[in-house]
Amino acid sequence: MDLTLLVALPVILPLLFGAVSLVMLNNHNVQRWLGAIGTASILIAACALLWQCREQGILVLEVGSWPAPFGIVLVADLLAAIMVLLAAITGFATALYSLKTVRKRFERFGYYPLLHLLLAGVNGAFLTGDIFNLYVWFEVLLVASFALLIQGGERAQMEGAIKYVTLNLLSSALFLTAIGLLYGLVGSLNMADIAQRLTQVEDQGMVTVVAMLFLIAFSIKAAAFPLFFWLPASYHTPQVAVSAIFAGLLTKVGVYALYRVFTLIFNAEVEFTHNILLWMAVLTMLTGVLGAAAQFEVRRILSFHIISQIGYMMLGLALYTPLALIGGVFYIMHHIIVKANLFLVAGLIYRLRGSFELKRLGGLYKDHPGLAVLFLIPALSLAGVPPLSGFFAKFILIKAGVEVHAWWAVGIALLVGLLTLYSMIKIWNEAFWKAVPEPAPAIPAPGRNGLLYWITGSLAAMTIAIGIFAEPIYQLAQQAAAQLLNPQLYINAVLGADSL
Amino acid sequence: MTPRFNMRSLILNTGATLLLPLLILFSLFLLLRGHDEPGGGFIGGLVAAAAIALKLFAEDYRAARTILRVHPLQLVGVGLVLAAGASLPAILVGENFFTAQWWTLDLPIFGSLKLSTPLIFDIGVYLGVIGTVLTVVFTLAEAEHS
Repeated sequence: MDLTLLVALPVILPLLFGAVSLVMLNNHNVQRWLGAIGTASILIAACALLWQCREQGILVLEVGSWPAPFGIVLVADLLAAIMVLLAAITGFATALYSLKTVRKRFERFGYYPLLHLLLAGVNGAFLTGDIFNLYVWFEVLLVASFALLIQGGERAQMEGAIKYVTLNLLSSALFLTAIGLLYGLVGSLNMADIAQRLTQVEDQGMVTVVAMLFLIAFSIKAAAFPLFFWLPASYHTPQVAVSAIFAGLLTKVGVYALYRVFTLIFNAEVEFTHNILLWMAVLTMLTGVLGAAAQFEVRRILSFHIISQIGYMMLGLALYTPLALIGGVFYIMHHIIVKANLFLVAGLIYRLRGSFELKRLGGLYKDHPGLAVLFLIPALSLAGVPPLSGFFAKFILIKAGVEVHAWWAVGIALLVGLLTLYSMIKIWNEAFWKAVPEPAPAIPAPGRNGLLYWITGSLAAMTIAIGIFAEPIYQLAQQAAAQLLNPQLYINAVLGADSL
Repeated sequence: MTPRFNMRSLILNTGATLLLPLLILFSLFLLLRGHDEPGGGFIGGLVAAAAIALKLFAEDYRAARTILRVHPLQLVGVGLVLAAGASLPAILVGENFFTAQWWTLDLPIFGSLKLSTPLIFDIGVYLGVIGTVLTVVFTLAEAEHS
């Protein structure tokens, strides 16, 4: 099979499966099967893509045979392939989880087609090599996420959705403006071509202005400080499966976009741009974790922790040393799996106790020790307890910080780790350890949760595996970071070695 | 249906009956013309959707649903399948994903007929646009209906 086709598969498969399940709108069983089979096939394609990326280097597909930089290219370097694989894992887990948890009413309103569309948007954003096309994929995933977010139509959902939609549209407008200005500067939309031409632009001040616009646009989408508040306002409102895939993937598309443009395109004035990134990273970490401390609803606590974790990922990019980028990539790999898993566990808590409020929970350890273990693994990993995946992720980042004497950032990263542990212990104490509160809240009728346990169990096993096999994962992150630090590899892969 | 929303008028009704086939034909004309000249799936789809919306105004929601026969979202689905499917023939002949493929058919009377994957893509867009617009229109009409 043609290798370059592999680059298109993660985008075209969800689109096709989504379209077919839209045709089968009235047949719920077929839709469910398509959901499971579709996401499984993406997972297989994503594994193959990562494998080939390691073997062959950066894979480029010129869509429709229009040569770069004129046509749209899909580019899979290691970072993109890793992100696609993580998206596929989250997508597959969510689709299986949805089989048991999504209500019939939502299925009729196109839950599964939207899920496929969301995955197509996410994968498209990871793989595209064209900055305008990146904008389009962002819109695709946002449209799908808007619809998924408000399924159910409750008051809290609408309130959250308004903030979510407004800020994301603002970010999209800034993004589009930035693309327009950039196109005015260099006359190209192909990212590799832009990177090459930017060095010849005389007005480097303007380049920095455009870079800042991109920074603001993407950091809104990544829920970084200061424009993060749309996230905790909305992520706890939809169904658990939707929360989980949002928590795992959506903000990380923003982080990925930051990694992409600030390593490939805007890498000239690192002193200035990455210093701002550093401050944003530190403040993001801090505000996220402090926000979580004030919350007493499981999903809201977890939502605030997404923000603080985004800070760590940005820290990796901001320090901009080889080790820091390795740490950032490692952190993304660890975080997506752990975060999605924590939301899925929260969903199980809800199914067993009918509430997300810590006040009304209790006694879960006594009644469901298995669930307690399934919560502890990702929770401790999130806080960075060895030997779980989070420990290595934080360790690499902090070591990278120490190497460049970024003491402030290192100190705050350590403090935030500690506060994360506090939050996780809070959930543990309240939901699992303390006795059932009086008067005992009504417990929903026991359903069959075997499949759900298997899903969260598998994700927890992955967390442990990333911790145990940290060495090969580290090497993978190292290769990805090496590609990021040498943008000429990307440019040559897209435009050919003899360009310029 | 409450009298308040009954917009039935003989003129509109007769006009819509006459216009509907013409508008559909015109939309198909726009769709097929679109490759080399102004037109295409998007604008054609809008015209076709307008034709069915006209039916809705002239008669009622049920009449409009009847001539569409399927749920408009399913139309979007079929359109997306066609549009996405148009990317695949290129792979079969070993070219890059989404490369346009052209086939020429020699017909006895009409002369040669050019068929292509961009045409399939455009038909997909056509159906997708009809489906999307009508989903919106029907949802609003339904809300008024109940």
